Amino acid sequence: MTDHPHPIDRPSPQLRAEALEALLVERGLVKPEALDGFINRYVNDVGPMNGARVVAKAWVDPEYRQRLIASGTQAIKELGFGGPQGEHIVVVENSTTIHNVVVCTLCSCYPWPLLGLPPAWYKDPAYRSRIVREPRTLLAEMGLKLAPDVQIRVWDSSAENRYFVLPMRPEGTEGLSEADLASLVKRDAMVGVAVVTAA
Amino acid sequence: MDGIHDMGGMQGWGTVRIDPDEPVFAEPWHARTFALGLASMGVSGTNLDAFRHSLERLHPLDYLGDGYYGRWLGSAEQLCVDSGILAPGAVEARARRLRGENVEEPADVKVCKPQYQRGGAGSLRAIDALPLFAVGQSVRAKTFRKRGHTRLPAYIRGHAGVVSAIRPAAVLPDSTAHFVGEDAQHVYTVEFASSELWGEDAETSTLFIDMFESYLEVL
Repeated sequence: MTDHPHPIDRPSPQLRAEALEALLVERGLVKPEALDGFINRYVNDVGPMNGARVVAKAWVDPEYRQRLIASGTQAIKELGFGGPQGEHIVVVENSTTIHNVVVCTLCSCYPWPLLGLPPAWYKDPAYRSRIVREPRTLLAEMGLKLAPDVQIRVWDSSAENRYFVLPMRPEGTEGLSEADLASLVKRDAMVGVAVVTAA
Repeated sequence: MDGIHDMGGMQGWGTVRIDPDEPVFAEPWHARTFALGLASMGVSGTNLDAFRHSLERLHPLDYLGDGYYGRWLGSAEQLCVDSGILAPGAVEARARRLRGENVEEPADVKVCKPQYQRGGAGSLRAIDALPLFAVGQSVRAKTFRKRGHTRLPAYIRGHAGVVSAIRPAAVLPDSTAHFVGEDAQHVYTVEFASSELWGEDAETSTLFIDMFESYLEVL
């Protein structure tokens, strides 16, 4: 058995993060306000509400849906979305016969401009290891039981393309506005581990 | 490298729980570490591929035991030490001082940021070469074993698939992570049947994965 790489009284990550920031700030290499800016962006401005707007627009506007499938990066830019981890967005569409689900087995690649930062489950070794090998079983464990005749497509984000799932519009939403539709669309459906349900 | 990070197909991890009320950052230090991780690439003169490789180079016990942002913290520190921005042990010494220990901090070392040319911002590049492979073509993933960074996971190596799309050309992470040039090349999405990857008894599904041109050979 290998020895543990650190002494047993290794300082906590809280203290090591504080130490790293202090050392870089003292050397004039980072500004705390710049770090605050990165954090605020992903806490307040960028998150699944962006992706939900894209999905709702695609549901009500067939021409937008076509552009989104053909050229995801350009289509999301129409709504003002882009930036880090969004160099090339590929939108994959669910149907009654095909279900798409996205993973990054090697790390945590994720379409930040549309979904913000990935949730804990997406980064969990159990998800990274199992979704490529037994997706139907794992999706069922996560609460999504797919019919046996639905084909599963798993997308492993191993380069700089970022995959985004366009979920199916639920029945019973015919009269809803685009904004009301967007409020139904949650993060997990846009990664492919859930479906969108009407209210 | 064949490291702990290469998790596709590993067994024994148990189930996955979704917390519907999870905040973006569960702890304040997660948020600081996220921002420090982003900043570390610039201050160390490295890049995103080097950051990913730095995560992979963490000791496997740290990789698993420190959790997601613990890994980011380790990676950010490692990049700063590799480039001479911080001396080895500087972060630990400061952290110990922050909790009241009377330890000496190491003297600064010589800055030695990697020297290399970037062909532009981001990872996408326009290249003149025509794609070697066409949509619909059968290909096989190579079986190489690299000591350094690669984005060809172990579970794909040696397996046969079909090109399903040609994506924009991009820099090769295997090269950029080590600052030895960009080696920009075509990128393909290749589809593999689950039975090809996991055997005839596997659950039926299709796996799509992005492959740099040099990861593939004609079947």
